[in-house]
Amino acid sequence: MAKRPKGQSFKSYSVLPGFNLTLGYTLAYLTIIVLIPVIAVVIKTTELSLAEFWQVVTAPRTVASYKLSFGASLLAAAVNSVFGLILAWVLVRYTFPGKKIVDALIDLPFALPTAVAGISLTALYARNGWIGQYLEGVLGIKVAFAPAGVLVALIFIGLPFVVRTVQPILQDIESEFEEAAASLGASRWQTFRHVLLPIITPALLTGFALSFARAVGEYGSVIFIAGNIPRVSEITPLIIITKLEQFDYVGATAVALVMLVFSFFLLLVINGLQSWAARSTGRTH
Amino acid sequence: MSSPTRASHGTRFEGTRFEKGHATRESAWVKWILISLGLAFFALFLVLPLASVFYEALRRGWGVYLASITEPMALQAIKLTLIIAFIAVPLNVVFGVIAAWLIAKHDFRGKQILTTLIDLPFSVSPVIVGLMYVLVFGVNGWFGSWLVENNLKIIFAVPGIVLATVFVTFPFVARELIPLMQSQGRDEEEAAVVLGASGWQTFWYVTLPNIKWGLLYGVILCNARAMGEFGAVSVVSGKIRGQTNTMPLHVEILYNEYNFAAAFSVASLLALLAITTLIIKTWVEYRGAHAARLASGGRQE
Repeated sequence: MAKRPKGQSFKSYSVLPGFNLTLGYTLAYLTIIVLIPVIAVVIKTTELSLAEFWQVVTAPRTVASYKLSFGASLLAAAVNSVFGLILAWVLVRYTFPGKKIVDALIDLPFALPTAVAGISLTALYARNGWIGQYLEGVLGIKVAFAPAGVLVALIFIGLPFVVRTVQPILQDIESEFEEAAASLGASRWQTFRHVLLPIITPALLTGFALSFARAVGEYGSVIFIAGNIPRVSEITPLIIITKLEQFDYVGATAVALVMLVFSFFLLLVINGLQSWAARSTGRTH
Repeated sequence: MSSPTRASHGTRFEGTRFEKGHATRESAWVKWILISLGLAFFALFLVLPLASVFYEALRRGWGVYLASITEPMALQAIKLTLIIAFIAVPLNVVFGVIAAWLIAKHDFRGKQILTTLIDLPFSVSPVIVGLMYVLVFGVNGWFGSWLVENNLKIIFAVPGIVLATVFVTFPFVARELIPLMQSQGRDEEEAAVVLGASGWQTFWYVTLPNIKWGLLYGVILCNARAMGEFGAVSVVSGKIRGQTNTMPLHVEILYNEYNFAAAFSVASLLALLAITTLIIKTWVEYRGAHAARLASGGRQE
């Protein structure tokens, strides 16, 4: 890998052409598509005084939506971390019939439009659905049109993140580590806990953070199954939509700014985790 | 250098490399408990929702199904979705290739910040994406009065849907190409330039053949998201039937009208698109891994 340029020059010398052209194009496109719209949110919010802003973003209904959005997203990311790790482990370590199909279908939530996932999960978990008839009819657990429905949708959309970040790391682990541990008398569980888990922890945390970040902003799959009862099963993106439909642009923007700041923060955390994961496994990216 | 495909050598027959050694193997009951747990979760959260789409779509029979996907409003939505993808995907492919060339083949200050900014659209809620464009191009937005004076419409019209789609699919191609091109280094391109190739020739004959599988992979994912985007598009489209209604929005409208059979019929087309995406993706991964194996094998010898 080439080193970063040092000293006074902004760019280090390269024989490869196209630097000015590609830099100009990249910056222009990025500015038009991403930066101007993001800045618009910040500027629009300045129409509010600080006190007004605070009042909008801490209104009880909005605060209830933060709790649901962030709580359900954390829980979904945790569930996905556990089962994502199991699935990655099973796909890397074992052979079983249909493994290739399972491996290919893991990415379904990336490819299936969220609205389709939303109506399909609602049909499954509704009182007369395939799963809902047992959960609600027999056990009395209400999933569709309740906060639990939000959790189910967020587990669905976040599922591939953990599997796909942990799987390559597991694949690359050399057998020598485990052989050494076994020859020193470690049990299989001790080997996993003290040898393998430290190796995959950065990737696991990255997958958790990616799954969480995706879940916090999710809209399409959730609104169908949530029932959208204010203060009960109303997620923060829906609060923004509701304010927009009432032409309360400033209010919508203020709540959006809170979410945006949080997303920026998560993005930095994820970047940090990814470089940690890259360093600790010696992958050069 | 460790090639990512090396581990797959022993996987085809009688167990993975881990199942062969004593030290890397669990007892059979642990193995089957883990497989059962993993597959149960997989079936519950992935297989059932997918199966349910087709079951609900075909519940009232083929007649209703075919009628639902061939009625004029559905056809209009399908057409609009294809048009949107046809505009948004090429825009992001061009951007992705250019940005990847910049980041992988040149060193400059602020590169890390630029890479982070390219990732940004992944972490912005789709609803906020829609809101942003309303703030910039809406009637009361920054360019609102100018747009009205010039009789241009972006929000609640097709250009707004294109912009929102471009935003949410912005990083897909670049994200796929940057690590790939970084790992391939610059030796081959530098050799071509030293031998007198122009920049364009270098890209076309040296870089492009090396990145074609990664590029195709990015295009497929970008396309799937472009056709399926819901949140961002729903804010800027206005959902005018027959005009600004994409397939996912059409699904929502039908569903909210309690026309479930029709909603799931249109949804099943999107599910088929997802399955096709996964099949092509698996094929591209296989071809890409094969090409990488050939390349690394060739270099070692």
